Amino acid sequence: MHMADALLSPTVGMGFLAASGGVLAYSAKRVQDEGDDRKIPLMGVLGAFVFAAQMINFTIPGTGSSGHIGGGMLLAMLLGPYAAFVTMTSVLIVQALIFADGGILALGTNIWNLGFYPCLLGWWIYRMIVGENPTHARLSIAAMLAILVAVEVGAFSVAFQTFLSGKSELPLGEFSALMLGIHLPIAIVEGFVTLSVVNFVYRIRPQVVRGSLGIGQAFEQDDPSYKPLFGVALISTLLVGGVVAWFASSLPDGLEWSLQKILGPGEITETEDEGGGRLARLQEKTAPLPGYDIATATPETEGDEERAGGKQAPAAWPQVSGGKSLSGIVGSLAVLVCVCFTALVLVRLRSRHTQNPQREPPE
Amino acid sequence: MSLVDASRLDRHAYLDSVIHRLDPRAKVLATLVFILAVVSFDKYMVSPLLPFLAFPVVIAVLGFVPFGLIVRRFALALPFILLIGIFNPLLDRAVMVEVGGLHVSGGWVSFASIFLRGLLCVTAGIVLIATTSMPRIAEALGGLRFPRVLVVQLLLLYRYLFVLMDEAGRMRRARALRADTTKTSIRDATGMLTTLLLRTVDRSEDIWRAMLVRGFEGELRSPRRLQWDSSDTVFLVLVTTGCVALRMNPIANRLGGWILNP
Repeated sequence: MHMADALLSPTVGMGFLAASGGVLAYSAKRVQDEGDDRKIPLMGVLGAFVFAAQMINFTIPGTGSSGHIGGGMLLAMLLGPYAAFVTMTSVLIVQALIFADGGILALGTNIWNLGFYPCLLGWWIYRMIVGENPTHARLSIAAMLAILVAVEVGAFSVAFQTFLSGKSELPLGEFSALMLGIHLPIAIVEGFVTLSVVNFVYRIRPQVVRGSLGIGQAFEQDDPSYKPLFGVALISTLLVGGVVAWFASSLPDGLEWSLQKILGPGEITETEDEGGGRLARLQEKTAPLPGYDIATATPETEGDEERAGGKQAPAAWPQVSGGKSLSGIVGSLAVLVCVCFTALVLVRLRSRHTQNPQREPPE
Repeated sequence: MSLVDASRLDRHAYLDSVIHRLDPRAKVLATLVFILAVVSFDKYMVSPLLPFLAFPVVIAVLGFVPFGLIVRRFALALPFILLIGIFNPLLDRAVMVEVGGLHVSGGWVSFASIFLRGLLCVTAGIVLIATTSMPRIAEALGGLRFPRVLVVQLLLLYRYLFVLMDEAGRMRRARALRADTTKTSIRDATGMLTTLLLRTVDRSEDIWRAMLVRGFEGELRSPRRLQWDSSDTVFLVLVTTGCVALRMNPIANRLGGWILNP
């Protein structure tokens, strides 16, 4: 499932862009060092194959719904982990841009959830189980387990990133249980389809499957070490997390300052209620940027009943009430009218000055 | 995903306009700045987000991007946003806004905010891809020092994307014409995927040979060069200052206050 820009905070978005960027740089270097030119067109068409494969929907037994394969794991089994990660990155970029799956800021999280987990974590599990002598039984068990882990970890990751961003009210526990539950049958069916495909390919073209395991000639013999990879991911996350944190922590000050000037003093209050405090403490532990979202607004669920019953909710920031919300609504309408008007004027000007090239662009 | 819409969007990228002529690096960076500005708002912000609509609207008009296409693409991206966002009104019921006796809970306000963020971000992405072809974006990433392997990968993927999707479409149709059920069982799907995969691997061998004959050394060379003009600087500076200004000033609220109490 693709993460969307709308649910992300800039810190989480940029943090995962940095982490995925670090893994991408490392993977690209590994692919370049291999120096196998033959692999480059194979990566290209297999990337396109992922799109084609996702058009072939199959029925998920017992549910009546249908699903398609994610593709990351299959790529790793055919190309090896690093080439698969680069390929999956390109697939997700094209999905975000041309097919509006996910978003541009969300690319970092999506590459992490749908690229890193299947191509690197999943492949590592797969490689451990298959070992040096692939048999059909081992391939099947390895593919199924690797996909189960990769898909479920990815699903949890979506819930966790949503929670960290703080735009959704969903509690982490319930949300991740929901995501893991929905993805379990999908993962089993995807695992089954993938293991069948891999076994089929192994029967007809064993060298493709063996090559990606490093058994053939294409890879160096030693087991690839993951330590440098995790190091790169960790350092780039910390580095960019730090930079973003520095920017973000200076930004709210500026914003509060300008809001204070507009609204007058005393409008911006912070919540210290039970739930907000709990969440804030958790966020302080987990987020690279403590208190970024939380200090500003968290009417939590528990406190709500008493507050809603009594009077106006005390501390949503900035406190919107009565006249202020009215002016906000009137202003919003005015802005919409302005935007529409500008668009109309521009269309007029455009048709006067330039000829619309074609109503329908060329085939 | 709709293949028809995707290829229509793709063909729009090859038109010519002020926006199409900008350096792709400027457009990619401007889009990122815009999205960062939009998502950096607090979760209860609605009216300060609205003025941001001006950017995609102006660029879409200048770049000949049809609005119907934008709306359809947004509709495709909508289910996930709605699925996650709809929990906010259910969980967060503290009354936050009161206008003329109508009580609106914080959950609905943050839901509206998520919806608006989704609209702005998806539209920004569509406007980018409808005015910049995929090969140009790949070049831009190369120009921004992304790994060469990724740039080559994007160019090749884009080259064979519609070819292979057409092939999968033909297989699906062939199966539909012969099978007695509309449901594709796992066994059928596996067979189709394997056939498609083996064809793809064979195709890559042919492509590799064809590329070798033409002097392939691990890199695809583009006949065009990226050219950063003063217009690109102006565009990037305009978008950045605009985003920062709108991020810092809730002009919708100010305008509303001014209309109500001139």
